[in-house]
Amino acid sequence: MDPALKRQILLEHYQNPSHHGLVENRDYIKINTNNESCIDNLDIMYKIEDGKIADIRFDGEACAISTSATSIMIDTFLGKTLEEASEILENYENMLNEKEYDEKLLGDLKLYCDISKQPNRKKCAYLPFESFKKVLESQRRNG
Amino acid sequence: MKREDFPILKNDLIYFDNGATTLKPQVVVDSMIDYYTNYTANAHRGDYDNSLKVDMKYEEVRTKVKNFIHAKSEREIIFTSGATDSLNRIVFGYMKTHLKQGDEVLITKAEHASNVLPWLELEKEIGIVVRYIPLENHLVTMENVEKSITEKVKVISLAHVTNVLGDIRPIAEIGKLCQEKNILLVVDGAQSVPHRKVDVEELEIDFLAFSAHKMLGPTGVGVLYGKENLLEEMKPLEFGGGMNASFASSGEVEYKSLPSRLEAGTPPIAEVIGMGAAIDYLEEIGMDQIHRYEIELKKYFLEKAKEVDKLVIYNPDIESGLIAFNIDGVFSQDTAVYLNHYHICVRAGNHCAKILKEDLFVKNTCRISFYFYNTKEEIDQLITVLKNAKDLFQIVLS
Ligand SMILES: Cc1ncc(COP(=O)(O)O)c(C=O)c1O
Repeated sequence: MDPALKRQILLEHYQNPSHHGLVENRDYIKINTNNESCIDNLDIMYKIEDGKIADIRFDGEACAISTSATSIMIDTFLGKTLEEASEILENYENMLNEKEYDEKLLGDLKLYCDISKQPNRKKCAYLPFESFKKVLESQRRNG
Repeated sequence: MKREDFPILKNDLIYFDNGATTLKPQVVVDSMIDYYTNYTANAHRGDYDNSLKVDMKYEEVRTKVKNFIHAKSEREIIFTSGATDSLNRIVFGYMKTHLKQGDEVLITKAEHASNVLPWLELEKEIGIVVRYIPLENHLVTMENVEKSITEKVKVISLAHVTNVLGDIRPIAEIGKLCQEKNILLVVDGAQSVPHRKVDVEELEIDFLAFSAHKMLGPTGVGVLYGKENLLEEMKPLEFGGGMNASFASSGEVEYKSLPSRLEAGTPPIAEVIGMGAAIDYLEEIGMDQIHRYEIELKKYFLEKAKEVDKLVIYNPDIESGLIAFNIDGVFSQDTAVYLNHYHICVRAGNHCAKILKEDLFVKNTCRISFYFYNTKEEIDQLITVLKNAKDLFQIVLS
């Protein structure tokens, strides 16, 4: 993709992210993502209904990469089943780790395909997915 | 000013992260290489020439440190692995056996993690109470120190200069007050000893901690200063070779006297020697000179910064070589990534003072911290790059 266009899309997601702002609702699972670098600090909340991702909301302070990745992740995940979303997660991880992955599944998340060249930014692009992994774990535990 | 002594500066690099660690002049590196190539031996052990030379060099550094901070005797200088290690020894080697449940320790919310977490741990272990001196506009004032003192306060533990805003605490006045009230004063000198003259006698400091790597020296070594009568009662946290005079299978042990008693095991010999070379280098320039020049750099920056839109500076009035700033509307880490693109090193984050954000309202800042090898030309370059920050996201997102 044309790098200028790519930057444009990411910037749009950073400046006007999807589903920004938390809600007071006990049906959501809320996860804070203080990443290892101890800077980015996002709260992401997930509403899971009948095995499907019904809603995701987020708020907090984070860098352009983490914030845009969160926004794109939300757009990608909404309406998906947990199985579908974990398949996306797996392919996204593979992409970040320079392994084989299925492009078709990733949609705009593909925009981060070059991020593996900047190891310090890779963590940022992965940050929202860390939180999603915790959601998967908690769902598994609750059977 | 002495830039040619720092080989790394020959690269295209503007290094403004001296609060994290400083660059090393060639003489420091050479002094360690000299030990490793020409007279390697253990300390305190030998009866042969090289070993004696090592002993001499190692103990010479103790004298240099003593003079550098104006301690009374070499017995008051303990080599540690750094400021963090020194602070932990103060808390767990001394305070743990000298404080009791209910005793209060005063710190602030702007302390580095290394001057917070050991105390919180001791609070859990023996029930001391950690209290925070309220900050006035982020600063420690004598009025608030006085107000915070109760009958139960036994220790005040503060950074001399903070790593977040670079503010300087009135340690001399606090030291005096502590003397009057029989309170122990622990000073975290990690950000002050490298940048200004610190005189433990004048400031009436009971314990002082600092790291060599923030003052031109190597990593892995630092200093614990303590008044001799206090160190006499400090319990070693490590036991082993080098610190015992004799022991027998009956369990009878006799420990050596200060400072050896508190330096078990083979010490970081090369690093101690490197620290000695760093102190020589600093003394040759002069600590007052360094302090004055850093303030001059900051003034210059502030003047130039007026030309840059949307620059928010959080500590313009604080006289030190540290600037905390953000570009309005830009997350600090993105600013740091942008500057890195132009080989300008600054630090983004909360600088390990995590509870400060409860008071500061901004969670993250970019930090510029100068040292004497920085120049006005470097500041000019930084200003140019900041002025062009409209490209910021082009760079951060590519
Ligand atoms: C104020 C302050 N105290 C303590 C430390 C800890 O120093 P070290 O990591 O060298 O032990 C630092 C280092 O950042 C500091 O800035």
